[in-house]
Amino acid sequence: MNKYHFSVLLLAAFITSCGENISPVDSGLEQQIFHYGNGSEPQGLDPHIVTGVPEHHILIALCEGLTSSNPKGGEPLPGMAESWTLSDDGKVYTFRINKNAKWSNGDSVTAEDFVWSWKRVLTPSLGSQYTDMLYYVEGAKDYYDGKTDDFSTVGAKAIDELTFEVILENPTPFFLGLLSHYSTWPVHKETVLKHGKIDDRNGQWTRPGNFVCNGPMQLKSWKLNNKIVVEKNPFYWDAETVTLNEMHFYPISNIMTEDRMFRAGQLHNTYTVPAQKCPVYIERGDSTLHIDPYMGTYFYRTNTLHPVLKDVKIRKALAYSINRQQIVEKVSQCGQAAAYSFTPPGASGYEPQTNMPYDLDLARQLLAEAGYPNGEGFPVLEILFNTNEDHRKIALAVQQMWQANLGISVELVNQDWKVYLSRERSGDFQISRAGWIGDYEDPNTFLDTLMPGRGNNKTGWDNKRYEDLVNAANQTQDEEERFELLRQAETILIDEMPIIPIYTYVRQYQLSDDVKGWYPNYLDHHHPKYISLERD
Amino acid sequence: MLLIFLKRLLAAIPVLIIVASLTFFFVRLAPGGPFDSDRAVSAEVLINLQEAYNLNAPLSEQYFDYMGGVLVGDFGPSFRYPGRGVSEMIFTGLPITLELALYAILIAVFVGVLAGVLAALKRNTYLDFIPMAIAMIGICVPTFLMGPLLVLIFGINLELLPVSGWGNLAGDKILPSITLGFAYAAYIARLSRGGMLEILSQDFIRTARAKGLSERVVVTKHAMQGGLIPVVSFLGPAVAGLLAGSFVVETIFQIPGLGRFYVEAAFNRDYTMILGTTIFFSSMIVFFNLLSDMAVLMLNPRARD
Repeated sequence: MNKYHFSVLLLAAFITSCGENISPVDSGLEQQIFHYGNGSEPQGLDPHIVTGVPEHHILIALCEGLTSSNPKGGEPLPGMAESWTLSDDGKVYTFRINKNAKWSNGDSVTAEDFVWSWKRVLTPSLGSQYTDMLYYVEGAKDYYDGKTDDFSTVGAKAIDELTFEVILENPTPFFLGLLSHYSTWPVHKETVLKHGKIDDRNGQWTRPGNFVCNGPMQLKSWKLNNKIVVEKNPFYWDAETVTLNEMHFYPISNIMTEDRMFRAGQLHNTYTVPAQKCPVYIERGDSTLHIDPYMGTYFYRTNTLHPVLKDVKIRKALAYSINRQQIVEKVSQCGQAAAYSFTPPGASGYEPQTNMPYDLDLARQLLAEAGYPNGEGFPVLEILFNTNEDHRKIALAVQQMWQANLGISVELVNQDWKVYLSRERSGDFQISRAGWIGDYEDPNTFLDTLMPGRGNNKTGWDNKRYEDLVNAANQTQDEEERFELLRQAETILIDEMPIIPIYTYVRQYQLSDDVKGWYPNYLDHHHPKYISLERD
Repeated sequence: MLLIFLKRLLAAIPVLIIVASLTFFFVRLAPGGPFDSDRAVSAEVLINLQEAYNLNAPLSEQYFDYMGGVLVGDFGPSFRYPGRGVSEMIFTGLPITLELALYAILIAVFVGVLAGVLAALKRNTYLDFIPMAIAMIGICVPTFLMGPLLVLIFGINLELLPVSGWGNLAGDKILPSITLGFAYAAYIARLSRGGMLEILSQDFIRTARAKGLSERVVVTKHAMQGGLIPVVSFLGPAVAGLLAGSFVVETIFQIPGLGRFYVEAAFNRDYTMILGTTIFFSSMIVFFNLLSDMAVLMLNPRARD
């Protein structure tokens, strides 16, 4: 045998030996290891600093707040707090901390941990981006703004070791919902301070070996841009419920790669499904494809300060001439629902009652009343969107609908993500594509964004009546009355049309049939302690 | 030789300073900042965030602070990944990108030179046409098509190899190395064929053959030394290109290398990361070009004059 033959044989042996590997999904079944497709590399694991969804997927495994997410959505379940009470005026929550709650190093979780953690979030030099989650707490905004440096003025107090009292500025019916957000979760004071100061953004406490938190899993290893491994935390108060031994989070930014990894058995779930593949999987009846309702709306912002768009009749004409049903059926094609309100219907029992018809006669009439009969003399407007093929398809469809239905032309302008954001922020746009995903399960997370002066309003729309209604809604404890006030506010919003809803998002992803205990819910929170792997 | 090397090395310093300075100011000109996000932060939060990274200071002060740091090897913290230093991230990704580049270049040189030399020796036969046709395909087919094609065949249909990852599963380094190496193998095959054809027609080869040397000695000892000079000149920029251009393969195969950091940093406006990786890649390009110039000097005495 000469060298050439030998090398060919060696190569063949090497390649075939690889084929005998069982896939991670198969081996995960036996070892209870969940291989999680998680979008992108998390910014970090400090719950008070990070901001994204992939970060949430990991943090929900590593840490826990006062409440924990209900796997089927709806009312939160006990977490670090085993029970809580609300005062009659709806302004004082008293949380009883579970005496078995422990950090992953064995230390007990105390009320003081929450006081210190909230103080950390509200420390300006930390640069936390979710401080507004805590502004509902009495004195929190003043502390953040530096009006006082005495944290005892803030309504977050440790009454005793296991009693944590929160005093709110106003009754805040969705406050418990806010607690499902990681920015309100506690961090282990001693660990944070061992590796930096209270306001150190670059502290090393989140590294494997240093990391201490209080969730069902603990950090085992973290290979940058490769994978993060978490393992079962024996000190977790409800460790008996936890079935998984490990979770491996893969930051896969390329959705086609993720799709191939899932098909090759390297992942139990995907972060999303490539848009072009979704209709194929639907037609095939693929049991791994999941399309769940999601607390998010895809919409177009209009710049209400623009000389043409400041006329509400024009904004309405634009909105009434979009055939949303056609967009979801022919363009997005992945189970999205046409949206006729800003708030996704059904979230936490709230049903918006807005009126936004697809009515071409009315749209043309409104345009004519605004001075542009049959679109004559209407200036060429721009639709701004961030560079993305899916956004382009929808913009193209809208462009054609406006051309055909109203006789007006618009140009499509795509920009790099940061350029797009900066143009939106500075008001340098006419119509721009946007999306909003709820931070908690309540209509307020949507309607609050369009209050005057809010950073995410971006439309220049300023309506006093709307502001008063949303504020009034958030001061009543009667849910029916509250929803009614919010419905009235949303009716004004849709009547004024600073935003044009297009469709309600869905969460589309692939999930192995082996995964049990994973239920659809509006916020897409899947608590790992209920998940197990089992083959039918 | 050593003097030439040192001179060239010194000449590289101003080049790198200019690159770093231009990059520093250009990234600031790009619209959008590191803290722009879908969920806009309030004005007071933005000020605090910028304060945390000294972005509220005058630009000139930031520039001298940064350059001072670079001189002592400190590229600053990443804006996108709090808690990570830019140097740390570069040196986490670098070994992986280097390993990928090494496998790719080995495959490229081995396959490319073999095919090129063979094609030159068997000119106008099927041993010339077939490898050259494949090489043309290799040049024309981009890695973002070649990668998924190889994955579909070997990963999903034949289930022989993992479809992605690096060092997580047995055999997951094979497909990315071949994908990246194949494009360069094609170039090398064409270069070595051209170089060999030119040398083989020269008088000293005829003399060598007339002396009665075996064809193997004529080719390996006499022809290849001169015939492969174009390949050697190509290798310097190729290695630098492999390092900086591995982004596509790293993305397709989910490889945690430096290329992904580089490109993502630009999208994220992660100023310090953009600067760090740009300075690093510029140094690499300067260095590998220098090395290949030196290698050509050693192989080709005429170039020393």
